[in-house]
Amino acid sequence: MSLDFGPAVALSCRECGARYDLGPSFACLECFGPLEVAYSFGSVTREDIASGPANIWRYRSLLPVPVDVTSKQNMNPGWTKLVKADNLGKVLGLRDLHVKDDSGNPTHSFKDRVVAIAVEAARNFGFHTLSCSSTGNLAGAVTAAAARAGLEACVFIPADLEQAKIAMARVFGGKLVGIEGTYDEVNRFCSELIGDPLGDKWGFVNVNLRPYYAEGSKTLAYEIAEQLGWELPDQIIIPVASGSQLTKIDKGFKELISLGLVEDKPYKIFAAQAAGCSPVSTAFKAGHDVVQPVKPDTIAKSLAIGNPADGPYVLDIARRTGGAVEDVTDAEVVSAIKLLASTEGIFAETAGGVTVGVLKKLVETAQLDPSLTTVVLNTGDGLKTLDAIAEDASPTAVIRPSLDAFRAAV
Amino acid sequence: MSVSVRIPTILRTYTGGNAEVSGEGGTLREVLQKLDADYPGIGARILDESGKIRRFVNVYVGEEDVRFVDGLDSATPAGAQISIIPAVAGG
Ligand SMILES: Cc1ncc(COP(=O)(O)O)c(C=O)c1O
Ligand SMILES: [Zn+2]
Repeated sequence: MSLDFGPAVALSCRECGARYDLGPSFACLECFGPLEVAYSFGSVTREDIASGPANIWRYRSLLPVPVDVTSKQNMNPGWTKLVKADNLGKVLGLRDLHVKDDSGNPTHSFKDRVVAIAVEAARNFGFHTLSCSSTGNLAGAVTAAAARAGLEACVFIPADLEQAKIAMARVFGGKLVGIEGTYDEVNRFCSELIGDPLGDKWGFVNVNLRPYYAEGSKTLAYEIAEQLGWELPDQIIIPVASGSQLTKIDKGFKELISLGLVEDKPYKIFAAQAAGCSPVSTAFKAGHDVVQPVKPDTIAKSLAIGNPADGPYVLDIARRTGGAVEDVTDAEVVSAIKLLASTEGIFAETAGGVTVGVLKKLVETAQLDPSLTTVVLNTGDGLKTLDAIAEDASPTAVIRPSLDAFRAAV
Repeated sequence: MSVSVRIPTILRTYTGGNAEVSGEGGTLREVLQKLDADYPGIGARILDESGKIRRFVNVYVGEEDVRFVDGLDSATPAGAQISIIPAVAGG
């Protein structure tokens, strides 16, 4: 089998630097540290990128995918809107605020980015089944991408997820297995399935394909910089479940600087969690560099990972860049969803509510500089978590079709 | 106490390819000591230089992550199933 991962040349351990051949492996044999993709980039120009397609493949020369990736059947996610959010900015007192709205992806969350890269890895390794452990969004992204790529799908979720996420993961076909337990238990189950003959030739996008999968989140960093006119934002607020997305956005910014695609400048990364599942925020505030796991209890189910594998890196990055990790209550999540919707016409799922809620809190507690360019991520679509706003999900009035009735009602 | 230990793929070179081996000990610490005696070198893959469980490995006794219990001092009753699993991110 000859592998084609484009500019990717090896896997390397984030902890001890040990290097391994490209393969479906995700943990270091020496120290259990997470493996990540290492590259040998050629020359990459803004012009090359700008002449590419309006999706993540415009950055294919920076991703572990073959050069001819655009000729394959895939979901072509990415190049979502960066919305200049002046109305929300005015309410919060921020001068230059932008919302990166990833609800515009094919299955309405940022997960389509990571899965698209994982699909190419699965093809490279000759896997026949695409799988994952998921808090909901990933499951839908995987079943959809598998359908389009002609792969089998079998995905695993906690059984008590939002109905819309279950429906989305189901409609594309394949198997959807609800596990009676938390996401962390689903994850553990999948890790054991990988070591078992049952799971042979299965690509678990966030387990044995994780090094490739995770690279997909770098495209958020690239797009934000390109959409800001090839400039890094001063401040960015990113939701954290496992912490993988945040870690890779930082990696993306660093790559842009080292490749000379943007000017080197300081940027602050802020991480957002829900108070009912805030192990990283708790560790940050206590000054710890280990993250003690928790049992989640929050309406933000997509962020309900009590044992975040990349938690220590989130702490490192927040501290290194001068950012912070904050959390907000479920009530604040709901009011942030409504605030974003009523100011910018963007309907976020609970994860977006967490992120916007944390943005508000960071401004109120003066942890954020309101005069600087700020980007906040909305990673998923509010239609998937309708229960969160159930109280507002009915008409403001129901009347007979008469002017008198309307006059009386308003 | 006799327990069983599930070995992740990356450590199976130590156990001659076995995915599950039997172990012995009343606490996780004792089980890992015995495991290292039976399969020399495996202990240092699971524990770091200071003798703590490595940062990116999760150890379970039964269903429970040992960090919710007593870490290396967690009790390992007879028949317990111990799992050693690399941390995984993204979901
Ligand atoms: C909508 C949404 N936002 C953010 C995240 C967090 O991603 P990560 O696990 O990479 O921190 C998830 C993860 O499932 C998600 O579904
Ligand atoms: Zn290592």
